[in-house]
Amino acid sequence: MADYKDVWVYVEHKSGAFSPMSYELMGIGKKLAGDLGGDLCALVIAENTDELAKEAGYYGASKVYAVDGAAFQTFRADAYAKAAASVIDKYKPDVVLYRATTQGADLSSACAAALETGLASDAIGLEIDADKTVKVTRAAFGGNFLVSVANKKTKPQMATVRPKVFPMSERDTSKSAEAVKESVAISEDDLRTKVLQFMQSEVAVNLVEADIIVSGGRGVGKPEGFKILQDLANALGGALGASRAAVDSGWIPQEHQVGQTGKTVKPKIYIACGISGAIQHLAGMRTSDCIVAVNKDADAPIFKIASYGIVGDYNQVVPILIEEFKKRLNK
Amino acid sequence: MKIVVCIKQVPDTEAEVKWDLQKGTLKREAMDSVTNPFDEFALEEALLTKEKYDAEIVAITMGPEKATDVLRNALALGVDSVYHVSDPAMAGSDTLATSYALAKAVEKVGGADVVFCGKQATDGNTGIVASELAARLGFSQLSFVGKVVEIDAANKRIKVERGIEGGNEVVEAKLPAVVSVLKGINEPRLPNLMGIRKATKIPIPAWDADAIGAAKDKIGVEGSAIKVIELTTPPPRGGGEVLKGELAEVSNLLVEKLLDLKVIK
Repeated sequence: MADYKDVWVYVEHKSGAFSPMSYELMGIGKKLAGDLGGDLCALVIAENTDELAKEAGYYGASKVYAVDGAAFQTFRADAYAKAAASVIDKYKPDVVLYRATTQGADLSSACAAALETGLASDAIGLEIDADKTVKVTRAAFGGNFLVSVANKKTKPQMATVRPKVFPMSERDTSKSAEAVKESVAISEDDLRTKVLQFMQSEVAVNLVEADIIVSGGRGVGKPEGFKILQDLANALGGALGASRAAVDSGWIPQEHQVGQTGKTVKPKIYIACGISGAIQHLAGMRTSDCIVAVNKDADAPIFKIASYGIVGDYNQVVPILIEEFKKRLNK
Repeated sequence: MKIVVCIKQVPDTEAEVKWDLQKGTLKREAMDSVTNPFDEFALEEALLTKEKYDAEIVAITMGPEKATDVLRNALALGVDSVYHVSDPAMAGSDTLATSYALAKAVEKVGGADVVFCGKQATDGNTGIVASELAARLGFSQLSFVGKVVEIDAANKRIKVERGIEGGNEVVEAKLPAVVSVLKGINEPRLPNLMGIRKATKIPIPAWDADAIGAAKDKIGVEGSAIKVIELTTPPPRGGGEVLKGELAEVSNLLVEKLLDLKVIK
């Protein structure tokens, strides 16, 4: 086990397109690497890795393991996992981190099974224990408990990390990383899946990455109610969320659902309108930086965790908010 | 076509959570239990597939004695056969050990064209097992599936839509495949009275580790890499400030306070 070293961060991208969020784990990766006395390295798999690898250097990677190939044009678990598992097996990192996104979840689980190693998912805390293993903290049971887990048995230690929990590292274009090019032979015949098409959502619902979310629940009362919540979300540059009650009533599609059977979000501002605050809903949003509650019922449990509360009808409050924000933001 | 559906019994999400603090595991026996809500969609998708293409459905669960409840429910809904994978030595399994045991069970039933799973379970919330199962079986890994477009068992192909960040991806894959489905892919039916009555009379076969040919060092606590080392309750989130006054006034005050956070641009 002693020959396992360094902390690797998998850099996710969409058919070569990346954003700063692709590199969001470089900050925590650097910290863990420092505590373990190893280096921060990036793992990049793409049709053409050059840009992605250079960027990883800007964000603080000292080494980039890069696998190029036509089979990697678009993410697919089978192709990417073959490449990742082979490079991981060869260079033996101590720790590998992935974002807890659909891509990160798919790749990490396929790699974990291939390498027969442990995987902790959706970390909200990462630190190095006295025995130099990674202590991974996760939320359990609607956030009512925090469970810390560790893999003291197999290497590498792997985890997916909830987006937006750890601070980004500085992007510094004077930095560069040593590139280690690896080739992994994969023919289309070896692969089981083929991505035929990507259909972009008409209304982008990217709750997980949104900084501001305006969300509605049972108290919204009707499908049209979500129209003004969407207007507020638009005015703030935010995304539209919903509670299970609103989704189950058919007022809004399921991809908007926040909570235990929906998405877990951590925006900087979460505005809950007509949401009472059942524990299943709180499970999905309680770690938001600032929670605002607008509810007619002064006894609604949501007020117990809200940073700011307004007891009132969203039908009256939200239009005032929209108008005032537009005025103040010169929109 | 042969379909396997993996279902899990989880503590009722409304129920009080009871932990064995020494072992860091759940006291499952002491809690009210239900079928994992996400698995209801997997079960329904199996039933819909059977109606559309004519298939045999085998439901498998892994868990303690009372986990047979979820299999009775599956029988009442119309699955053809069920197997209960249960062994005290499997307690405390992490995803690695669970996916190993499930893979052994799928092999034991003679494999499958499609294995349906829920996206995740509401107790562990890892969302890992289905994909690990696919990797272990060497099946196609199709996760976050919001729509099964077509299954062509004769030509060993399946086409699905996956709900990923920003939109839907259409993927074609070879069969066999493990398909883990999203909430909302369908509307799960409820069992009828006749189905429930029939289900109570069917004996449920139980398989221990030996029956599925699982190696003892790959299951349960011994076969697990991830272990719970600490259980804490999060610091309470300080109740905030309820803004008092006329609605127009407090709304403006709220705008002020939110703009002060310098998040809204």
